[in-house]
Amino acid sequence: MEIKREDILHLAELSDISLSDTEIDSLGNDLQNIIKYISQLDNLNTDNVEPTYQVFEMENVWREDEIATQDASREELLSLTKEEEDNQIKVPKVL
Amino acid sequence: MKIANKDISAVSLVKEALEKAKKYKDYNIFISMNEEAALKEAAEIDEKIARGEKVGKLAGVPFALKDNFLSPDGQTTAGAHILEGFKSPVTATIVEKLKAEGAIVIGRTNLDAFAHGSSTENSYFGPTRNAYDFERVAGGSSGGSAVAVALDIVPFATGSDTGGSIRQPAAFNGVYGLKPTYGSTSRYGVVAMASSTDSMGFFTKTPEDMDLLMSITSGQDKKDLTTLPDFYNTSESKEVKRIGIIKDFDNESVDAEIREALKTKCEALRNKGFEIVELDMPVLKYALAVYYIIQPAEVASNLSRYDGVRYGFRSEDSKDLDSLYEKTRDEGFMPENKRRIMIGNFVLSSGFYDAYFLKAAKARTLIIKEYEDAFSKCDFILTPVSSNPAFKLGEKVNDPVAMYLEDLMSVSVNLAGVPGLSIPAGMTKAGLPIGLQLVGPRRSDKNLIEFSKELI
Repeated sequence: MEIKREDILHLAELSDISLSDTEIDSLGNDLQNIIKYISQLDNLNTDNVEPTYQVFEMENVWREDEIATQDASREELLSLTKEEEDNQIKVPKVL
Repeated sequence: MKIANKDISAVSLVKEALEKAKKYKDYNIFISMNEEAALKEAAEIDEKIARGEKVGKLAGVPFALKDNFLSPDGQTTAGAHILEGFKSPVTATIVEKLKAEGAIVIGRTNLDAFAHGSSTENSYFGPTRNAYDFERVAGGSSGGSAVAVALDIVPFATGSDTGGSIRQPAAFNGVYGLKPTYGSTSRYGVVAMASSTDSMGFFTKTPEDMDLLMSITSGQDKKDLTTLPDFYNTSESKEVKRIGIIKDFDNESVDAEIREALKTKCEALRNKGFEIVELDMPVLKYALAVYYIIQPAEVASNLSRYDGVRYGFRSEDSKDLDSLYEKTRDEGFMPENKRRIMIGNFVLSSGFYDAYFLKAAKARTLIIKEYEDAFSKCDFILTPVSSNPAFKLGEKVNDPVAMYLEDLMSVSVNLAGVPGLSIPAGMTKAGLPIGLQLVGPRRSDKNLIEFSKELI
């Protein structure tokens, strides 16, 4: 399939990345080549094959509903952010 | 690696490692050093030994940490700009286990940003040079760790292997590199790339050191629900009779000297009485395409957390929250990170999910079955690690698909969850190391390491 400029812009939006014009062109070219490569899977017959998402069979494990101790304290975690006020992380306006 | 015999002090060992690291500064092996804390820890161990107290199996042994393992010693960067200033309050389980035995972190090694790459050229901190040729790549993504061990700066280093990131740089620098069975070592506290294939392992100079490290770090971890109960330390030794070689990998796209090295090792094994079995594994040629669908899909999900809000780099002057996310991610990620995130969102997006992601997940089942069939015919498989020895800096950096092809012979191991051990197998005429890969069934790690001694 052919990847058009609007496809790249759509993917950038899905990915939450703003791209410069030169990056749109170069990434578009790269993505086109990568998609061409992975499309060779069309040649493999996978009819009636179950998908694998995880290599080991997982079983659900129940545990008591209690609070586990945390590796990091609230203060330590909050100290990692750029802007903080009254124990809350500050960001630019949302709306 | 044991040093608790007073002949040599932990302080002198750590000092020596730090001096060597300085001597090889031009190779760009380390992103940051942990000098002060390392010397302090070494002095504490020497005091313990002097007082006759019990010390761990790795007491005073200096090691290098791939810079995607979280630990409060300094910053964790994952080779990326977007984690700028990030000092982790938590410690990776593997690091905790190594430290409990007295091992000492001397520094954090360079990697392709978020482990996305096969040359360490995608690092925000510049490429690491090959231990044998300054103009060539270290391999990747764990390039810094491989070179740190190859140049004898440290006796071991940690690595993560999602598609070949331990085995290929090990091969490029002539050291041992193990990607263990998926789930045998904990992923907790290591920056996630593709969670269904990420495996944590090591670089060493000998199979004995690898065995010691695995015996220390294997086992179930409540903080990583995909870890398996310890099978490593309860493994029973198994008689090895048959070694498989993969017919499809013996073709002209593989470097002639690497094919020759494989033949030489097979001949040596025959002379020791092992049987060499040729294997047909026709689905393996699709493994790289499968990997470059599943891995970016998981990358897109795992890297969605980097948005400049809670930690790391934040783009300045954003007018609203959306532009804060978009600008932070544009400025903070390397081009390869962006490619993988966007490919991941492509293969997962409506309209393409069935044709790409679901198709790849089905193909993965076929790859697992192909390995199961292969291990009904042989005990272990011996293959090249990559199609070529270390390539020149800059050679593949503008061609993502050529770079991806570096992982052609290593990714199927990750998709199947089986262990793979890269072993040194001689040198090319030009003086570059050649590596071969031993692959075993799931949970055969201990026997795989043991068997590698037959190939020294």
